[in-house]
Amino acid sequence: MDIHRLQEIVHQTRDVRRKQTIPKYSPAERDQLIKKYHPDFRESAYRPIKFGPNTGEMTVRELAALLEGESPVPPDLDLKPDYTADILVVGGGGAGCAAALHAHAQGASVVLATKLRLGDSNTVMAQGGMQIAVADEDSPVTHFLDTLKGGHMKNDHQLLKTMVEEGPAIAKWLLSLGVLFDRDADGNLHVKKGGGSTKPRLVTCSDYTGLEIMRVLKDEVLNQQIQLLEFCAAVELLSDNGACTGAVFKDLDNHRFVIVAAKGVILATGGIGRLHIQGFPTSNHYGATGDGLSMAYRMGARLMHIDTFQYHPSGAVYPEQLIGALVTEGIRSEGGHLVNARGERFVNELDTRDVVSSSIIRECEEGRGIRTMAGRVGVWLDTPLLEVEQGPGTLDKHFPAMVLQYERFGLDISKDPVLIYPTLHYQNGGVKIDVNGESDVKHLFVAGEASGGLHGRNRLMGNSLLDLMVFGKRSGTTAAHRARSMKQGNLTLDHLVRFRSESKRHGVSSTIVSPMVLPAYARKE
Amino acid sequence: MVAEERDNVIDQPEVLRPKMVTVEIAGKKYDVPEGITLMKALWYTGQEVVRGAGCLGGFCGACATYYRTKDDPKVKTCLACQMAVQDGMSYSMMPPFPARKATYDMATLQDPKQDLFTLYPEAPLCRNCNACTEACPQKIDVREGVWKAVFGDFKSVSEMFMDCVMCGMCTPVCIADIAPNLVALYVSRAQGAHFAEKPARLDKRIGEIENGKYVDEWNRVLTMNDAELTKACAELK
Repeated sequence: MDIHRLQEIVHQTRDVRRKQTIPKYSPAERDQLIKKYHPDFRESAYRPIKFGPNTGEMTVRELAALLEGESPVPPDLDLKPDYTADILVVGGGGAGCAAALHAHAQGASVVLATKLRLGDSNTVMAQGGMQIAVADEDSPVTHFLDTLKGGHMKNDHQLLKTMVEEGPAIAKWLLSLGVLFDRDADGNLHVKKGGGSTKPRLVTCSDYTGLEIMRVLKDEVLNQQIQLLEFCAAVELLSDNGACTGAVFKDLDNHRFVIVAAKGVILATGGIGRLHIQGFPTSNHYGATGDGLSMAYRMGARLMHIDTFQYHPSGAVYPEQLIGALVTEGIRSEGGHLVNARGERFVNELDTRDVVSSSIIRECEEGRGIRTMAGRVGVWLDTPLLEVEQGPGTLDKHFPAMVLQYERFGLDISKDPVLIYPTLHYQNGGVKIDVNGESDVKHLFVAGEASGGLHGRNRLMGNSLLDLMVFGKRSGTTAAHRARSMKQGNLTLDHLVRFRSESKRHGVSSTIVSPMVLPAYARKE
Repeated sequence: MVAEERDNVIDQPEVLRPKMVTVEIAGKKYDVPEGITLMKALWYTGQEVVRGAGCLGGFCGACATYYRTKDDPKVKTCLACQMAVQDGMSYSMMPPFPARKATYDMATLQDPKQDLFTLYPEAPLCRNCNACTEACPQKIDVREGVWKAVFGDFKSVSEMFMDCVMCGMCTPVCIADIAPNLVALYVSRAQGAHFAEKPARLDKRIGEIENGKYVDEWNRVLTMNDAELTKACAELK
């Protein structure tokens, strides 16, 4: 059927829907919904990890294979360092840049290595904003409780308290660097309400919050003349008596190994979207292949909550070219309805991501979705409603990035609703860290999406940007302080020898080289 | 599949009858399925992409690309992850362009509007050719932005360039060797750091946290057992 005919029901039912209030689910209903429809509960997608610090724990098959995978580093590799620094930061996104800048500010010499270009990351795509409790009616404690509720009460309390309390100071730091947050008429930071939060707490730069922060941080890394290694992929860590002392990289241009010695290593390697868990499309950047998890795991760092992932409720389903692209949550924050093929709303649009995603999957599995001939299915997000409620031009003013994204394919989202379905968005768990970002392995720090514990089993919208800034800062600062009074350790692959023998003992002979570094999208035949 | 579901299918003739189109990538012809992105066409033709792919969402500017459609002499610009292939299209990715970025310490700038001319002395040399504006895949009026920067209207520049993905396609076309995106980035940062209002409420909150306003509440919350915490969360309004 012609798309406009299918969209008619959305236009016809708009006035009726505007009068409706959809109550949020009770805790019992939420649990039931999630257990039935959330991809985290699809048992066939999971298997136990065979050996290592998380032996016997369940994770998705794609990740388990990489954790047990084989290092590309030969045992006899010459470990003479090509670079020596106090602090090595792996990853050039928000957490990596924040860590590098704070370590540098403490007087440490810093090498920042990334397999893509500086700034090519998930951070740059963050549209919804950053949660910081600045409003009068809000408080860090309320931020804490909202996040805890969203995380199904599984969040690490100390990590979470640390994050919410440091939020306002982070905003001040970013402002001092020149980040242009949206303001109220009186000059105060404008705050929006986000899914799962009881108070308006999203600090934004229109719908380019991540881009604006990344642009500024990247510029600042360049201004501070921090040593950069771009197109340089970390493939293995180095150790001395169980403590981390550096890393081995593969230069993606000339395929040579590069050795970096450092007193402290900060992994800011991001998430796993490009593993396409359970076949899901992803909103993640090209390099989101979970490299840090594999490397830290081989070194003996414990992972946590790696059985839970976040599926962003609104991935674009149509047109086919936009598969994987996100439709910002801001549309729902501003009152956009989710509508099934019958023209009905079916969930409170401001519920947490896992609840909204599960309800969309339910509608589609029960036959109330809209299909595309590419074999995809989704529900409508009523974007024109925002123009009806708040006046013509609203979308253009508040969501210019999204308007442009669809305009490129000849679609006008101010007139027509868009088709969406959950997309793989975020790794809720990761490497277990303490409040300074340090893992179970001494001198190995992890910041941002690669770390675990803070978000529990479901991250609240807007908490990721804050996570990056807070734990980037803390890991960078702590590692730099410590580096002042310590010597560079030896560079060995002892941990890898141990890992390989453990793998053998468990009868695992993996042919999978890990980390993945980049997804294999190039067609071979 | 129930009848209702069979009806709710969007027409996508291109998917039912996949049509191949011929495109020229970096001077070489390939047949690729119509409608896929320029980036996916690279993968489809078996090319390993290391440089030139970043966020794949239209925000990082890594995949800046020149393209030309069939029989049109005009070479246009786009982001390869955001543009669909058409029959007869030719395209090449833009190589990294060696534009000069000035280095500065944002915090210690004394007179940012004047400092622009020291940091980017080429900025006032714009000859109004408008090539930068035409080259911008984000549809920013780049030329106007450069002039506004020169005339000290930093606020307007910061608003105009909020969409800038730093792809740098405005730089190779500039006959005055200005890097408009870098100029705008400096100007936007200076606007934020030096000319934007100080948010009073933020300082107030930082003070409250430092002065222990929330200590009692933290003590109460952090000593709760699971049931009490669950209740506290449920009671939030």
